Amino acid sequence: MRENYEAVIGLEIHAQLKTDSKIFCGCSTRFGDEPDSNTCPVCLGLPGALPVLNSRVIEMATRAALALNLRVNRESIFSRKNYFYPDLPKGYQISQYDRPFSEHGWVEIPTSERNQSGHAVAWSMKQFRITRLHLEEDAGKSLHEGMPDSASKSYVDLNRSGVPLAEIVSEPDFRSSWEAYDYMQYLRRTLIYIGVCDGNMEEGSLRCDANVSVRLRGAERFGTKVELKNLNSFRFLQHALEYEIDRQIEAIEAGEKIVQETRLWNERESKTYCMRSKEEAHDYRYFPEPDLPPLMVSEEMIEELRAGMPELPEARRRRFMEEYGLAADDAAQLTDARPAADYFEAVTRASGNAKSAANWILNELARELKNTGTEIDRSPVTAEELASMIRMIDACTISGKMAKEVLADMYRSGRSAEEVVREMGGGQVSDEAEIRAIIDQAVAANPRQLEQYRAGKAALLGFFVGQVMKASEGRANPQVVNRLLKERLDNTEQGD
Amino acid sequence: MQGCRGAGVQGCRGAGVPQEQGSVESSIISTEIYLELRELSIRTIRERIAARTLSAVELCRAALDRIERLSELNAFITVTADAALARAEQIDRAAASGDPLPPLAGAIIAIKDNMVISGVRTTAGSRILFNYKPPYTATAVERLRQAGAIVVGKTNCDEFAMGSSNENSAYGPVKNPWDAARVPGGSSGGSAVAVAAGMATAALGSDTGGSIRQPASLCGVVGIKPTYGRVSRYGLIAFGSSLDQIGPLANSVEDVARILNSIAGRDSSDSTSSDIETDDYVAALEGDARGLRVGVPRQYYGEGLDPEVRAHIEAAIKKFEEMGAEIVDVGLPHTEYAVPVYYLIATAEASSNLARYDGVRYGFRAEEAPTLKEMYSRTRDQGFGAEVKRRIMLGTYALSAGYYDAYYGKAQKVRSLIESDFRNAFASCDVIATPTSPTPAFRLGEKTDDPLEMYLSDIYTITVNLAGVPGVSLPCGLSSEGLPIGIQLIGRHFDEARLLRAARNLERAIAFNSKPGAVENL
Ligand SMILES: [Zn+2]
Repeated sequence: MRENYEAVIGLEIHAQLKTDSKIFCGCSTRFGDEPDSNTCPVCLGLPGALPVLNSRVIEMATRAALALNLRVNRESIFSRKNYFYPDLPKGYQISQYDRPFSEHGWVEIPTSERNQSGHAVAWSMKQFRITRLHLEEDAGKSLHEGMPDSASKSYVDLNRSGVPLAEIVSEPDFRSSWEAYDYMQYLRRTLIYIGVCDGNMEEGSLRCDANVSVRLRGAERFGTKVELKNLNSFRFLQHALEYEIDRQIEAIEAGEKIVQETRLWNERESKTYCMRSKEEAHDYRYFPEPDLPPLMVSEEMIEELRAGMPELPEARRRRFMEEYGLAADDAAQLTDARPAADYFEAVTRASGNAKSAANWILNELARELKNTGTEIDRSPVTAEELASMIRMIDACTISGKMAKEVLADMYRSGRSAEEVVREMGGGQVSDEAEIRAIIDQAVAANPRQLEQYRAGKAALLGFFVGQVMKASEGRANPQVVNRLLKERLDNTEQGD
Repeated sequence: MQGCRGAGVQGCRGAGVPQEQGSVESSIISTEIYLELRELSIRTIRERIAARTLSAVELCRAALDRIERLSELNAFITVTADAALARAEQIDRAAASGDPLPPLAGAIIAIKDNMVISGVRTTAGSRILFNYKPPYTATAVERLRQAGAIVVGKTNCDEFAMGSSNENSAYGPVKNPWDAARVPGGSSGGSAVAVAAGMATAALGSDTGGSIRQPASLCGVVGIKPTYGRVSRYGLIAFGSSLDQIGPLANSVEDVARILNSIAGRDSSDSTSSDIETDDYVAALEGDARGLRVGVPRQYYGEGLDPEVRAHIEAAIKKFEEMGAEIVDVGLPHTEYAVPVYYLIATAEASSNLARYDGVRYGFRAEEAPTLKEMYSRTRDQGFGAEVKRRIMLGTYALSAGYYDAYYGKAQKVRSLIESDFRNAFASCDVIATPTSPTPAFRLGEKTDDPLEMYLSDIYTITVNLAGVPGVSLPCGLSSEGLPIGIQLIGRHFDEARLLRAARNLERAIAFNSKPGAVENL
């Protein structure tokens, strides 16, 4: 039954821009401070107070717009969105309406359906259009719980009031919950990457609403859409969309009509609930904000910011595959966050061995980081030190097995690879003169075996290798030992 | 600190004026037995305080006495006697130690009660803010203080500056000192009366559609609405944000210019304040009217204009001609749409600006509402007066889905036509002369039942706000009933210097020096 239907999904994502101060006043945007401590007449909406636009907001919004291939309007207009709510101190939200900050964007990203166990079935590249990115101020936070008199009263914390948000509205281009999921992931990663949003969904720095409808496969017209709110984690988003798609299909199959409404996702019950019907929908009475002049963004400013844009994760992922020959999975993992990708490139540059760099970062180092809850840009093993360890492996100074111990020590102690290896006894010995000396001793100490070997008992080579390795306390490079030992044993002219 | 701390909704007339407060230096020999504020210009006050022939404290006392004695006019909602006297003492001390005095030193200034002053109750004439004490001070007021002015109190006004008669105040109507049975005009009625009746040297008012000029006209004082963006609106409780502008009222063009010197100019807290350089408006008063081109728009002399008012305006224009100015016919063809356009734009903005008065955070809150929605609606129903509610509804309607284009959108288009009317007119003239108000002061209660009739009393002033240009009203004579009549001069954007020079010349030529007599019998 479900196969006959197609879901049509659009997302509205609110991303908090990572400025130090609010969008229209100088108050701090810090999270978790005492309620109402980061407020002033402007963000409290006191009579007579007026907004002044924070220029850092324009800069960050421009960077976000560029990352999403949006066209930044040279002139955009702030509008007032009017509605009553206790956490909205002015009775209107300063937002943008008919002339938004930027429009007509798109992203092209890998996406895949998932199987029962949640694994990607088959990745493919898809393009999704982005209608607009506009600027607005956040409202305060209503506290309905946790106070001694919460049964009878609600409180409002206005620290969040006036925090800058970029609202990113997609076209209804997603055909499954996983496409929406992958897009949301991509968006979050990109915004974090370019340093405009911290992506912290728990603290509300990134929030998501969705518009969902279903239609019979092949139908041209969209079905009636339902707005879903409260999808504030990736899991919520995916679960709620799945639930809602099923709900709508079941309703249609049962001959019911889908009503246009706003529904709220309840994770505990894994259900969406009607929050308000179309009739109860607000008329926001948008009109241009008379307290703010049009927002002008010059061509020069856009070009300057464009020039300073870092390589975006998707482009970087592809480059990692092409330039370094990494596997798709490794490249994806390494480009998931900018610090890891930067770290990888630094190690690769210094070691000249991309594959080894990827392996060590994604396995041994990742484990250490995870165990200690450390971010890679704070790793006690710097990229330079990891690179010098990789160089030691490649130069056969240490074996891969030893290197694991070396890295663990480096991570624990913060010492350099060289220092750790030296303390461990100088590392793997590949020096031929040194090894020859050990071989000479071993040969001299076992004349009987030498004789037998030379008499044709070739298997005794293993005996000599063992003797040499033992004498070197296992540090001699086995390949070198093998080669030199063979040379030495087969050379009858040495006068043994 | 405040004269009337904790007073309820029912007014607060001159309450709490202390008679003996602190110790004031008494080495000053004042020649007057009775200080008449209307006779003392800002310049004179400063010079005499500096010369130690006048004490700021004495002057402040005189103002406070007068405020108390004329409390029946209901010009003040809150009197800040203690703070005013403390400030006056500071100024006297500075004078005594020979410090240079700031430009407005000792001037007694009344502030319309829709501008916030930190710690001083600010009601905007509304019950919904009956107990509201703001934590910050409006930029214009702060600049006055920096310039040495003494803020004596907060003046009565129409609720949220919505009205033309001052009858829409929750603290009772203000009465006209020329005839206490008449209105002083509005919405800055209290400010106009404070100046006209000698309770303050000057006052700040705000003007959205004529709220400085019309009461100035009806009370026989000078009042200017500067160009939109000339004076910061930060701390002015918003009515129609794209129209509101703060300006001074005083007894002379010179005093008005002097105050404008202190309050005009860019303020980083108001994004709509202009960074165009200000002029020295006092220095600009020098010079005659020869060669000045005075535009006379025929649209302003039609139906509804009181014949006596017309005669006085025409006489004033004649004076310009006698001074060597050139009188030019100009057209402002879209004037007839001004009233509807104004009442759509101003009310639309007001409906949004007044949304914050919801009982949640400050001000009045209706008790015992069962739900949030009920709390909102009861608070706003009981907190706002009839005219405010009428305008909120009108504005809400104008912005509603399906009506926006026909009303607000259309009004904005016509507004730009009105703006270009002025641009075109100013191609052939330097200032435009019109009546300020179609009639002299009308009787209390005369128009309260007919909002449309009331709206028409702003007919000559609202175009100026719609176009954003500056306009000044100054007295040009008395009606046969002994009521003042004002003439309005309109200037180009940010051309207050030339506008005030024209006004100064006319003021000198007319030599209006009548004082409201009625109050002396109160
Ligand atoms: Zn703030």
